[in-house]
Amino acid sequence: MANLKINGKTTNVDVEDDTPLLWAIRENVGLTGTKYGCGIAQCGACTVHIDGVAMRSCGVTVSEVAGKDITTIEGLAAGGVMHKVQLAWIASDVPQCGYCQSGMIMAVAALLKENPKPTDDDINDAITNICRCGTFQQVREAIHAAANA
Amino acid sequence: MLPRTHEGAAMNLQVNQHIMPTLNRRAFVIGTATAGAGLALGLDLPFGGPSVVRAADGAPEVNAWVVIRPDDTVVIRIARSEMGQGTLTGLAQLVAEELECDWSKVTTEYPTPGQSVARKRAWGDFSTGGSRGIRTSQDYVRKGGATARVMLIQAAANEWKVPATECKAANSVITHTPTGKTTTYGKVAEAAAKLEPPADVKLKEPKDWTIAGKGLKRLDTVDKTTGKMTYGIDVKLPGMLNAAIKDCPVFGGKVKSFDEAKISGMKGVKKVVPVGDSAVAVVADTWWHAKSALDKLPIVWDEGDNAKVSSETIAKWLAEGLDNAQPAYVGNQNGDAKAAIASAAKKVEAVYSYPYQNHATMEPMNATVLYTPDKCEVWCGTQNGEAAFAAALEASGLPAEKVDVHKLMLGGGFGRRGMTDYVRQAVAIAKQMPGTPIKLLWSREEDMQHGKYHPITQCKLTGAFDADNNLVALHYRLSGQSILFSVRPEALQNGMDPAAFQGVAQSGEAAIGYAVPNLLVEHAMRNPHVPPGFWRGVNVNHNAIYLECFMDELALAAGQDPLEFRRKLMGKHPKHLAVLNAVAEKIGWGTPAPQGIYRGIAQVMGYGSYVAGAAEISVTDGSKIKVHRIVASTDPGYVVNPAQVERQIAGSFVYGLSALFYGGCTVKDGRIEQTNFDTYNSMRINEMPKVESVMAPSGGFWGGVGEPTIGVAAPAVLNAYFAATGKRIRTFPLRNQNISFA
Repeated sequence: MANLKINGKTTNVDVEDDTPLLWAIRENVGLTGTKYGCGIAQCGACTVHIDGVAMRSCGVTVSEVAGKDITTIEGLAAGGVMHKVQLAWIASDVPQCGYCQSGMIMAVAALLKENPKPTDDDINDAITNICRCGTFQQVREAIHAAANA
Repeated sequence: MLPRTHEGAAMNLQVNQHIMPTLNRRAFVIGTATAGAGLALGLDLPFGGPSVVRAADGAPEVNAWVVIRPDDTVVIRIARSEMGQGTLTGLAQLVAEELECDWSKVTTEYPTPGQSVARKRAWGDFSTGGSRGIRTSQDYVRKGGATARVMLIQAAANEWKVPATECKAANSVITHTPTGKTTTYGKVAEAAAKLEPPADVKLKEPKDWTIAGKGLKRLDTVDKTTGKMTYGIDVKLPGMLNAAIKDCPVFGGKVKSFDEAKISGMKGVKKVVPVGDSAVAVVADTWWHAKSALDKLPIVWDEGDNAKVSSETIAKWLAEGLDNAQPAYVGNQNGDAKAAIASAAKKVEAVYSYPYQNHATMEPMNATVLYTPDKCEVWCGTQNGEAAFAAALEASGLPAEKVDVHKLMLGGGFGRRGMTDYVRQAVAIAKQMPGTPIKLLWSREEDMQHGKYHPITQCKLTGAFDADNNLVALHYRLSGQSILFSVRPEALQNGMDPAAFQGVAQSGEAAIGYAVPNLLVEHAMRNPHVPPGFWRGVNVNHNAIYLECFMDELALAAGQDPLEFRRKLMGKHPKHLAVLNAVAEKIGWGTPAPQGIYRGIAQVMGYGSYVAGAAEISVTDGSKIKVHRIVASTDPGYVVNPAQVERQIAGSFVYGLSALFYGGCTVKDGRIEQTNFDTYNSMRINEMPKVESVMAPSGGFWGGVGEPTIGVAAPAVLNAYFAATGKRIRTFPLRNQNISFA
């Protein structure tokens, strides 16, 4: 059993302590915007915020995050208003297949919180998500647009 | 038909056992039809009729492509699959253009393959591969839109009792010109749906387009930014259980036994089931429980003889195929290349090779199935709804009217989801638990080790010059795998795989761009047991690397500039030349590059489009490459959405350069060694060059855009690497040469 505080709501989920947060979010809480890509914290498709920090949810267990503030893509918009990263993503028409984009957006939102005006080098250092469609050119454009929004 | 040197059967050499698809008669007919060979098999594209067909919400179909709701919402039916390439939006633009509807009121929906089969394939081919999504359906979807427009106008004219010729439509509003009376599509759709469709409609000239041809925003973006988009992996059905699967790691191997008792008490586990004769699945309440239990399940495999195969044995076998004494299919020839080479003043020879590659779609393979003896329903991402339908039909054993496939957004396709192995598996599992919906999801490891890999090849190229350094002969000898042999043997031409010559063919949608007085292009077909599949760019990728790198080698031998050397051979191929010139001009070829920057160039034709690329790179320590800038030009004939084409071009460099630097699946003990992104990496944003696109649509033909540019990504960079270092790389990926991104 674990108490997970996700998007401001606490849910008691009946899982083993070593269950990866990713699978508790997807299967027990039922929020499927967070994606499974690799299971070994390589691709970033499962990125969520834990106490405001971008983390790959396949690589942390539910017991490690009990009581912490977890934000998923579904909780990024605050009070029904889309996050500026989401708005920039829509304006730049970033997603192609879109599967990696939840994780990409969560990683970028955390970057901008810490570094509101990232340089290209800052982006290169901080954003390490895999996108097989190859949206990076639009991702970079949209990060700068969101930073200037 | 292209000439050939030998009869077929003896030439389809194989290592050990090869698994051939077994199709029953019913599935074969549908499967064949989807391949395009059987369009006569009941294909009937109706554009309306006297009895009103209704969408699920009761709104009338004006025809199969267009449903209009009373509130003027226009629902455009899309048969092809969206996997990121933008086809959903592009096809909707083409229908909307002819329909003259309000784009802001357009939404889309997928008809199901079952509905299509029940209506004599009303929506035609569902197959979405080979960059064909738009180019092979543009004509009939535009007619669908135009026909609906004519019927809507007629319905308004009937209501007003005026001639239709006095009415016009724009932006979903019909106007009676003499009186200025207006009505909307939503108000007359019901009446329009009852009309006979016109026998013929005239399509607009692309120059008159106002919706098509524009860089409109995609229709599917918002849900992809909020987590709401439903992919196959996200399907939830009441009472659904989850399955994890392990197929024999050695292709062609079988399950000997498994010890269910060891895991049956584990939390959440409901059932352990065999899947065919080669796989075992664990069904549990959650996928995490299923996967955790499967990891602990003792399975004994009968790996068979294929377990003796390795990358080394495959490479040796393919290398033997490079010997001219071995049989080969001739795909393209003129003159007598062998004789010209034998008597040439100078000759240049090089051997290249290209590895297996996994598609590595971000969303691993999955399908959800609800089977009862009365009905088999499948929910999945697929690039070919009809092929998935045929697979479900065969695997379920049910008749067509009791089977259907519900298509969902694909988390990447790249050719992988044109295959139906995961659908067959999911049906086989669900059949063992009738009445319970089962979601089968592959782990990344399963996905990596059970791909349908980019085929493996080697190529020996020999060029010959006369005394004046004119290229007089080129012998291009491929040895390696055929995709068609494995996945669509009925498409072989007397044993030859015409697709093997993509990019070096005599004519057609992937023709070579050079005229050489004596040319011989041939393929010694050798099919290892590792299953191949269509892969984004597929045969164009390695053929473009081989030919375009070798063109630079020839230019060097002739003491000529690589661009000038090519130009001299391209006089008869003006469209190839035009895109090459476009990138040369934009990158500044012929002007000095900035300090420490080196340039490379390449061109190819594929999927009906002409593409070229030029790269600017710098190299540190001889082995660390930074790609500073890419210029890419495409002539696809017509551009339906320039913003999306630009994204396909830029994305092609991510796929193509990921393959060049990181790709490569190796075989050991009959199985693929790479298991996840830690051993099969993919480019990240820090490695992404700036890509400048030059769109050069010349009109008069329809080419694809999702794939061809991948072909020029690697050779442009490899040629620049040679310019920087004097080192020519001929085996890939670069990580095996200790060459990396800077």
